[in-house]
Amino acid sequence: MQVTIIIQKKTGVLDPEAQAIQQALYSLGFDDLQDVTVGKQITVEINTNDQERAKYRASKMCETLLANTVIESYKIETKEPS
Amino acid sequence: MRIAVIVFPGSNCDRDMLVAVEKITGRRPALIWHKQSNLDPIDLAILPGGFSFGDYLRCGALAARSPIMSALHDHAARGGSILGVCNGFQILIESSLLPGFLLRNKELKFICKQTTLALNAESNCKLLASLDSKKTLKIPVAHNEGSFFADTETLSKIENNGQVVLRYTSDTSAYSGNPNGSLNDIAGVCSSNGKILGMMPHPERAMGAGHESSDGEKLLRSVFEAIIK
Repeated sequence: MQVTIIIQKKTGVLDPEAQAIQQALYSLGFDDLQDVTVGKQITVEINTNDQERAKYRASKMCETLLANTVIESYKIETKEPS
Repeated sequence: MRIAVIVFPGSNCDRDMLVAVEKITGRRPALIWHKQSNLDPIDLAILPGGFSFGDYLRCGALAARSPIMSALHDHAARGGSILGVCNGFQILIESSLLPGFLLRNKELKFICKQTTLALNAESNCKLLASLDSKKTLKIPVAHNEGSFFADTETLSKIENNGQVVLRYTSDTSAYSGNPNGSLNDIAGVCSSNGKILGMMPHPERAMGAGHESSDGEKLLRSVFEAIIK
């Protein structure tokens, strides 16, 4: 089963990259822009058909390696089995 | 004095550190490859600078999960001393051996320059105990991710515990001396027992002759004095 993991900086953590992108978008005329966050998307294929199991294993991966929870939060998404 | 320099794929300051250690102690430290999972008894482990694992995922994240790290955790649990410089500092943070995080530099640029450092007089760092906190140190930095961050609670905890060891400072009031946006100008922190020190500046690049400063030599000498006491 394919699992998508989205990792983002927690609120309150300085993100100069997002700030720079925000400024660039402003200067390009996107003056309705309110906020920018930059994150990472990691897709993993887990050998199971059980959605709960896949989510559990992916969260273990995040806690062990993929996210540093001092500064990052993560979201796990699985596709409904078709 | 048994000193080991741990080498990861992408470490690039390991040889400089070896030369620095040998110059000061007269003995060549052991170079230990990261795949080794056990470590003979040592007095000090040094994690050198570089770009371990190409800085993939997060700086130091993959190195922090290398086989050698469980031996280093055991060494730390026994009260052993560890010095991490630059990428070595990032690895110690990723291993949870030191608090906080090192974010991308505020100006989004790789910074390679001389910095002036003040030793925190309140610091409980055992490794720099013989340094005079009234004298600043000139030691260069070279990094892209060196902006120290910790949440408010952690920051006040490490300040109160004396775990903040080095701060960027400046000789002129026009410049704060902080090159990268580190909270509280933090350039180096230590563990709560004062035996594990992580710092962004490179002492092995301030070794006197041929370098702009010899303060790195002074700092390393203090570390080696501390471990033979």
